[in-house]
Amino acid sequence: MEHRSLGFAIFVHLAALIVALAVLAPLAWLFVMSISSPADLSAKPLHWWPDTIDLSRYRQLLTPETGAAFLASLRNSIEVAGMATLGALIVGIPAGWAASRNPGLGWTLGAVIATYMLPPVALSVPLYLILAKLGLLNNVFGLALVYLSILAPFVTWLLKAGFDPIPRDLEQAAAIDGANLWQLLRIVIVPLAMPVVATALIFAFLLAWDEFFYGLLFTSNQDAKTLSVAIADLAGGRVSDYGLIAAAGVIAALPPVAVGLLMQRALISGLTNGGVKG
Amino acid sequence: MFTERLTLRAWGLMLPLVLVMLAVIGWPLADTVRLSFTDARLVGTGGGFVGFDNYADMLGSRNFRKALAATLTFSIWSVAAELCLGVLVGLLLNQRFYGRTLLRALMILPWALPTVVNATLWRLIYNPEYGALNAALTQLGLADSYQSWLGLPGTAMTALIVADVWKNFPLVALIALAALQAVPRDIQAAATSDGANAWQRFRHVTLPYLVGPLMVALVLRTIEAFKVFDLIWIMTRGGPANSTRSLSLLVYQEAFAFQRAGSGASLALIITLIITVLAVAYLALMRRAAGQGG
Repeated sequence: MEHRSLGFAIFVHLAALIVALAVLAPLAWLFVMSISSPADLSAKPLHWWPDTIDLSRYRQLLTPETGAAFLASLRNSIEVAGMATLGALIVGIPAGWAASRNPGLGWTLGAVIATYMLPPVALSVPLYLILAKLGLLNNVFGLALVYLSILAPFVTWLLKAGFDPIPRDLEQAAAIDGANLWQLLRIVIVPLAMPVVATALIFAFLLAWDEFFYGLLFTSNQDAKTLSVAIADLAGGRVSDYGLIAAAGVIAALPPVAVGLLMQRALISGLTNGGVKG
Repeated sequence: MFTERLTLRAWGLMLPLVLVMLAVIGWPLADTVRLSFTDARLVGTGGGFVGFDNYADMLGSRNFRKALAATLTFSIWSVAAELCLGVLVGLLLNQRFYGRTLLRALMILPWALPTVVNATLWRLIYNPEYGALNAALTQLGLADSYQSWLGLPGTAMTALIVADVWKNFPLVALIALAALQAVPRDIQAAATSDGANAWQRFRHVTLPYLVGPLMVALVLRTIEAFKVFDLIWIMTRGGPANSTRSLSLLVYQEAFAFQRAGSGASLALIITLIITVLAVAYLALMRRAAGQGG
């Protein structure tokens, strides 16, 4: 590696620059659109940087008087993702631990994970009919329930992998001291596995935050419509101010992008483990 | 031994997950199978038994063949481009250069961007009147006039694939990078001193470390691409002239827009079957590759 020629070094730096530009340019443009005036965005030739920075879209989206629909979708997304994540952890922690300690249960977990192959359209019609029957269409609880189908397998798989390296001695000591199952989980397992549980919580939340298909099918107005559906509505017509669409996109992208940047180490090591074991 | 007691307890711990999965996946899937043999409508009275009519109608329809072709085109090109670009950029990220840590961090961004925001962003970039792509191409002198990238059958599919590749190749690159860092330096050095050239070193030293993780990426990306809905729904709604209508979009239209729950269900199961066959074939390939490697 040390004897690379100058030409090779220049090539590597040039290639890195091109990759960086290719990754950054679309994102930068999303941000620039969100702070450009409509006049700048429709100018020909296009203004790549606005004459004056226009923050009115963010104000419009985030003040209750003008942004009621957007704020409702933001709240719905947080509620649905929060409830679905909580539900997934409640069923995923015991199951992940059981699967980690009993290799014989591996096939059960395998079957659960295999559901990832199912396209959501294969479940959508019956889910729609059930939700309609239960009166849970256009309802945040109903949507959170449906999201469990995506979150629960994912969380269980992540937790099982996280529980695996935790030594069993502590559990055995606690069991000998007379701890019951609930105490064992609450006092020993979960605290020891806190980093994994936190990771699972965050990624499950983002998975729900990202979901679009079920949200599109099962919600119809401000009562339950999620952020991704609201953005698709904006992009799909009626709104002619691209800056407004871009600002909504920036707001929706902030939580996952922040988490991605903060957790890149955990993410990349997760990729390695998953990749190697997979 | 208290294996038996332990297993019973283990089953108890699995139970909540199993019950939830049966409720939100198992039962709906079984009901989809039932519906696929009926002429049920989405709203109204449950339909009567029609045997394999839905399947025959779907498999024989032009819409199905067109949607299958569109889905295959989208999946093959986007997954192939993501893997090639991913490996190349992974190799690049494994080199030494100024700003390497920064570039690795940047790769997280497209991955973290919500799918819906990605689709919306690219829809704006491709906009025929005010889009950044048209502006950039004309200002650089690469094009004379503005184009309707998503409005023409010749470019719409390519435009979708580019949007998908941009979002997903960084993940493949990070997976490839993680695998590359597991390649022992001394083997590389030994191969070099034995006179192996760069290609031989890649082929015989590096590639074996990449194959496993890349196969995993290939399986996951293929399944995802085959299920594609969000990106196409937002960018083209399957247009122009249904040229980008994927199988998932076709099910959506059949079951929800036209309210034909029965035939929508049969189509959904056909897709599920195709994905299962793909996944099983990939897994068999992986087993064989692992067998040969070990």
